[in-house]
Amino acid sequence: MNNLVVLPLLIPLITGIILILFNKNVTIQKWISGFSAVILVSVNFYLLNQVYHQGIQTLKLGGWQPPFGIILVADLLAILLVLTTSVVSIACLFFAFHSLDEDREKFYFYPFFQFLITGVSGAFLTGDIFNLFVFFEVMLISSYILIVLGGSKVQLRESVKYILVNIVSSVLFVTAVAYLYAVTGTLNMADLSVRIAEVDQGPLLTVIAIFFLIVFGLKGALFPLFFWLPGSYAAPPAVVSAIFGALLTKVGIYSVFRTFSTIFYHHPEVTHQLMVVLGAITMLLGVIGAVSHWDVKKIIVYNVITAVGFIIFGIGSLSTTSYAGAIYYLLHDMTIKAALFLLIGALIAVAGTSNLKQMSGVIKYHPVLGWMFFTAALALVGVPPLSGFIGKFLLIKGGIESGHYWVVAVMLITSLLVLYSIMKIFLHGFYGKIETPKLTRTPVGLLYPCAFLLAISIGLGLGAEYVYPYVLEAAESLMDPAIYIDAVLKE
Amino acid sequence: MKTNDTILQTVTKVLVFVILAFSIFIFFAGHNNPGGGFIGGLITAAAIVLLMLAFDMKTVKKIIPFDYKKIIAVGLIFAVGTGVGSFFFDAPFLTHAHDYFDLWFLGKTHLATALLFDIGVYLVVVAVTLTIIQTIGEDE
Repeated sequence: MNNLVVLPLLIPLITGIILILFNKNVTIQKWISGFSAVILVSVNFYLLNQVYHQGIQTLKLGGWQPPFGIILVADLLAILLVLTTSVVSIACLFFAFHSLDEDREKFYFYPFFQFLITGVSGAFLTGDIFNLFVFFEVMLISSYILIVLGGSKVQLRESVKYILVNIVSSVLFVTAVAYLYAVTGTLNMADLSVRIAEVDQGPLLTVIAIFFLIVFGLKGALFPLFFWLPGSYAAPPAVVSAIFGALLTKVGIYSVFRTFSTIFYHHPEVTHQLMVVLGAITMLLGVIGAVSHWDVKKIIVYNVITAVGFIIFGIGSLSTTSYAGAIYYLLHDMTIKAALFLLIGALIAVAGTSNLKQMSGVIKYHPVLGWMFFTAALALVGVPPLSGFIGKFLLIKGGIESGHYWVVAVMLITSLLVLYSIMKIFLHGFYGKIETPKLTRTPVGLLYPCAFLLAISIGLGLGAEYVYPYVLEAAESLMDPAIYIDAVLKE
Repeated sequence: MKTNDTILQTVTKVLVFVILAFSIFIFFAGHNNPGGGFIGGLITAAAIVLLMLAFDMKTVKKIIPFDYKKIIAVGLIFAVGTGVGSFFFDAPFLTHAHDYFDLWFLGKTHLATALLFDIGVYLVVVAVTLTIIQTIGEDE
């Protein structure tokens, strides 16, 4: 028993509740949420080291034994993601302080921001598949409100689509859980894994596994289920896009990680092969979208889809190297996507438009913003000293080891196109003659959160020596589900 | 032409108390019989909605002068607070305790901290329902 495990979701939850009481006083809201974000990061950091040194930490809620009660499980993968979530959220929070208008702030932006973090952290930590569904809903309902808050025409239209798709996928999720419960009679993930291993995953269970892949693919924007993402992620303000792009799809990917490494790992020739193929198509189609658009926000949004393809391919390859690569890429992608969305938000604030054809020469007035964007672009693509490199390198190595040569080729071509799509922003938006009609001063406050995230990203690249042991151990324990099962079900 | 609501208003004045009493009964029955915080909260909200129908929004606001959104927060504090309370007894989060007490007006009574959690649920359900209805009702 370790009550610390519940803190990553309890701290934002309590903060959110308290913030409801102070909705008219924006200053107090900012102080409370900033303070709680700092505490959250330090608690998560402490927890990470505890998990690394003492093994998986669990908390049986209410003191009920595992298959009967709900259990929170902090293994290395979960806690790494929770830590990254809190780091990303602190940057987004400080960006929100400087970029949001007072109407949104007074209308419960910060409480729902906190509830979103609660949902995301809870989804990472839970060890019960129905509880996972509940945390998905906590996260999604907060995201519905964040996407529509402000009530502009675009937001209204896109939020209707977003809500419809997510309600359908939630219904599918419940149905999938119902099937799984009917077949196995349990909801605890470790117990599920044991029971499925006992009966040796039959065709029915494989069907259910693919059902889950469809559900998480809808949440995580996997081909052919990503159609809803580009429109709805481009509609809300930059901060909200940043949290969505960095956290929401990643929760879907994490769930694929968890279910397909812990529960459904018996017939990789069906399920994991499918993931490899879908991953390859996803990365290619995502980048095609990114290349074809001239709207800066759309370009970044399509790059979110490409990253999903990379990581799903890593999960499908099913080897320690590719798992480590997928986890590393996941951590990198969460930070860099948030950084890119925030930088794009600053760029749009400065240039007054999101159309690339209407802006140019921004770097002459805002050199810091320009070079920060350049660094972020290189990190996204994976130029060696920066963070994208190691994850992608491991993914490629794992892909070659498991013999998926053609996917590796697709991945390399995709990386090139990602570079092209992102450099398009740099060349057309930042370089060139000064034609942009209206150039406002950058509020310096907008740049600090981006610089913070970039520093983390550079740290992930240069400090790979320190991060890699954590990632490797997380990958190793994922390859051996017995470790997870023992931690949950022993005693 | 001015309509006359005398019958509706008179009946409401009597019925609201019956409905409120029933909702409290259902709320406390939850531990051993069908009922609990959710259905109890909905019935309470129904009583207040009946008031809103028979009179008008302004009158009801005068009778119940609370900001429902704040009540949602208070309810959540109850629910989370019972969970956090277990920290002080070195027990896992959300561990509940219960015991028998001799209350002077009820005799031997079974009291459980789950009731505090249920009060949280009750408050949130009442407040959410009324927030929805009030917001839509006052919208023009």
